[in-house]
Amino acid sequence: MVEYPEKSVRISGAGQSAVGRPSTRSALQLTLDACQAAITDAGLTPADIDGLTTYPGPVGEGGFSPVGATETMLALGLTPTWVGASTEGHAHMGAIISAIQAIASGLCRHVLVFRTVAEASARARTKNASPTGRATRGNAWTAPFNALSPAHIYALYAQAYFTKYNATPTQLGAIAVNSRAMAALNPNAIYRAPITIDDYLASRIITSPLRLYDCDTHIDGSTAILLSHRDAARDLPRPPIEIESMGMALGGIGFGLHKGDFTTLPADAAGRMLWSRTDLTPNDLDIAQIYDGFSILTLLWMESLGICKRGEAASFVEGCTRIGLGAKMPLNTSGGQLSAGRFHGYGHIFEACEQLWNRAGARQVPNAKTCVVATGGFGYGALLLRK
Amino acid sequence: MTRQLPALDPDTEFFWKAGAQGRLQICRCQSCTRYIHPPLPRCPACGGGTAPSQVSGKARIASYTINEQPWQRGLAVPYVFAAVELVEQPELYVLTNIIACPAQTLRIGLDVEVTFEQQEEFYLPLFRPANG
Ligand SMILES: [Zn+2]
Repeated sequence: MVEYPEKSVRISGAGQSAVGRPSTRSALQLTLDACQAAITDAGLTPADIDGLTTYPGPVGEGGFSPVGATETMLALGLTPTWVGASTEGHAHMGAIISAIQAIASGLCRHVLVFRTVAEASARARTKNASPTGRATRGNAWTAPFNALSPAHIYALYAQAYFTKYNATPTQLGAIAVNSRAMAALNPNAIYRAPITIDDYLASRIITSPLRLYDCDTHIDGSTAILLSHRDAARDLPRPPIEIESMGMALGGIGFGLHKGDFTTLPADAAGRMLWSRTDLTPNDLDIAQIYDGFSILTLLWMESLGICKRGEAASFVEGCTRIGLGAKMPLNTSGGQLSAGRFHGYGHIFEACEQLWNRAGARQVPNAKTCVVATGGFGYGALLLRK
Repeated sequence: MTRQLPALDPDTEFFWKAGAQGRLQICRCQSCTRYIHPPLPRCPACGGGTAPSQVSGKARIASYTINEQPWQRGLAVPYVFAAVELVEQPELYVLTNIIACPAQTLRIGLDVEVTFEQQEEFYLPLFRPANG
């Protein structure tokens, strides 16, 4: 019988830089802060690290991904066997999935995976600047119609979802309210003052039905996750986190190609793959860390993951009674990207580790043993983690 | 309206220029006759070659959003960004703007028809409520 590669890989360490809006530290320094924290957290030293990757690697001039694997390798003094990064694939989780493959295939034993953003600094430099030149690739189908943010694409999904299922702003707003309540308990969150559903409903529309509080918050910061082969992790001082299963999918949303009726994501296939590789079911989940670049994505992912039936995620989250601490399914316990800041997928993975290692402080979910992490809006990846 | 224009390439140029003749053209497989949008040089369903094909320009709104955020200097708000489903084929979606449509009329399912906005050599296909 084939053994799935993720079953031989563990999470052995996790680190995160201080969050900034903007930060006074360079993007490379933030990266090194996170990487060193993850290495130390595992009880290792840089000399032990023989694999290195990041999502997506350095692209563009803005702060979306200002630091690559190569300069991080040089600055940490690493001599890894394997280095990789790709803008392609399953978005945020793509680097984690690649690292799992590299470890499972025997190329390396300890792979450091990081994600650095400096979007707060970049936006301070270029606020309200108009794009120059012609729109290319996927943007060619959106920018000419002034869909200038991914918000416009996801607003189409939110509007169609609202219409099909009679969902309401009060229901969607629960995602934002819950995030703030969680962020209030997270010392490294950027926005920690609680908001009420009335605050949400009074916030301005960005592009209907999405409001200011439905959109994530640009920050400067870095997160690093250390993955290790289970045999190499066995000797470490702290029991590692098991990767019970993984799922991935890719669709055409970033390229102007939409399927269905704008109420489901290609992430559905990632959810099916995730559950096909484990005996666990959504009923076994203690916590969920689900991508919230825009709040509607969390609802759609919850349905893709089978946490809620189709069309029921909005009523599930309403009033936060099922997603808060102590509730059936504590959701985005760090505050997510809406309130902790746009660590871009890796904040969700980091928070899963904090919870499963029982060090989430005031926001700790007691006896948390199983956590799903799902990230991505254009490419999709999910991990089922357990301790 | 201020717009960032698209880069042209041999696969997509016809879409942005067909409006010069007042017509909407959509990429179509020459083998299985399936419409393909955004355009591709090869049919992903059957591998057949593709060519531009004239369509009716009639569609229904599949979803929409009313933008209020002034993202850039010179950008007039509000405006409507939408996905319209062309009548020729299910799930044949074109991303566009809806114009000349009062907010209280705007809804998913509304019948719309193509119109064009010229900018330089580009004819951007926009959609407005259909006449009767
Ligand atoms: Zn064909």
